[in-house]
Amino acid sequence: AAALSVIESKYKVDEKATSLKDITTYNNFYEFGLDKGDPAALSGNFKPLPWTIKVDGMVNKPGTFDVEALMKEFPIENRTYRMRCVEAWSMVIPWDGFPLASLLDKVEPLGSAKYVAFETVVRPDEMPGQKGIFQSLDWPYVEGLRLDEARHPLTLLAVGLYGQTLPNQNGAPIRLVVPWKYGFKGIKSIVRITLTDKEPKNTWQVTNSQEYGFYANVNPEVDHPRWSQASERRIGESGFFGASRHPTLPFNGYADEVASLYSGMDLRKNF
Amino acid sequence: MAGLSFSLPKRWQSASIWALYVVGLLPAVWTFYLGATDQLGADPVKTFELFLGLWTIRFLILTLAVSPARDFFGWNYLRYRRALGLLTFYYALMHFTVYMVLDQALDLSAVLDDVLKRPFIMFGMGALALLVPLAVTSNNFSIRRLGPNWVRLHRLVYIVAAAGAVHFALSTKILDLEQYIYVGLIILLILYRSWRPIARSRKRGQGRQRSATAAV
Repeated sequence: AAALSVIESKYKVDEKATSLKDITTYNNFYEFGLDKGDPAALSGNFKPLPWTIKVDGMVNKPGTFDVEALMKEFPIENRTYRMRCVEAWSMVIPWDGFPLASLLDKVEPLGSAKYVAFETVVRPDEMPGQKGIFQSLDWPYVEGLRLDEARHPLTLLAVGLYGQTLPNQNGAPIRLVVPWKYGFKGIKSIVRITLTDKEPKNTWQVTNSQEYGFYANVNPEVDHPRWSQASERRIGESGFFGASRHPTLPFNGYADEVASLYSGMDLRKNF
Repeated sequence: MAGLSFSLPKRWQSASIWALYVVGLLPAVWTFYLGATDQLGADPVKTFELFLGLWTIRFLILTLAVSPARDFFGWNYLRYRRALGLLTFYYALMHFTVYMVLDQALDLSAVLDDVLKRPFIMFGMGALALLVPLAVTSNNFSIRRLGPNWVRLHRLVYIVAAAGAVHFALSTKILDLEQYIYVGLIILLILYRSWRPIARSRKRGQGRQRSATAAV
């Protein structure tokens, strides 16, 4: 990981950040394997650079962008966000990145565009989870946001962590971070972004629509069918004893900023 | 085919059963030590909880495998079956205790909510509840006292196995290869148990016919 030149931002939660070690050794990145330790152990052959992202669909100026060029073009901000996994654990992560809105402005979405679809790279030779008889998910991993969610100032394209470029296991070289949604919305190693007028599919909804929806907003009131979402285990702070569960906050604590995006919607149905 | 059925001198047999208890409990003790000294990764409570659950499944499979191992290969490990069954129970109990104390931090209302609302937890809790009478009656006194009813009661282990397999299969977002293997083994062992009486009576029937023919 290379050092980044980073500017401070106002987006910093007032909680102790999870250690770099825990953030980089406890990952869900099924392209590298199902165990939490697999991404750190098995991503050594992955080549994050050079890297381009294709942005297409309902835009005035589609294009293919070099990630290193984007990192020079846009100021890289440090943003410390809460991260809440759908599996009921959480971290506090000092991301470095730029708002997705900056990239969207560059391509000028058409008035008819309503949604943004994302796609992860497929490289079986570098990603052992994409190879073999037993494949956990359909590749490529895909995600989606409504355009207003995508344009929200909190929505980040992260390129770094703790002031360094992203480690492979965290989604190098560029990944999405949407802090008020469950972690699986944060699609990693993005190769394509498409503006569209139809609600895009996301991998977990396709895999199990009973349990995972399109919105995936953090919501302590709406349980996962197999476990409660009312509280969470904060990674790295508790050890074995004195483990205290934190209450989970609506929209992961970002309700003031984002609740208005969903006014009038039934969040039990649109989970 | 009896070659692999090792037979210890009689005086070592009970020592070997006690050794099985000790060896069987070692994984839990060692992993507890790792967790208590902060060497169990980023999410030690979850890791320990899942570890104990996995070993419950492993001992359950070993317990159920004792009879088929004898039928197919002539390996007679019957004297270890009680220890294997009890180890299954101890691991299930530790798994539940970690869930209750370390994971849910003794939040009884959260646990009750889980049990009443979520089939995933219901199956696990049901399996543990059914293991209790089996563990309580696993002594020689109960075997003598209950007679044929003891055998009937202990057939509950197949319900426990089915519920445990469902609980295990539901515990992750998607099934991994390891889970397919364990669940597959449990299904095979349950199927074998339901097929065995049929196979036996057929064998007996054939035997009778043959002796009848010989008599003529």
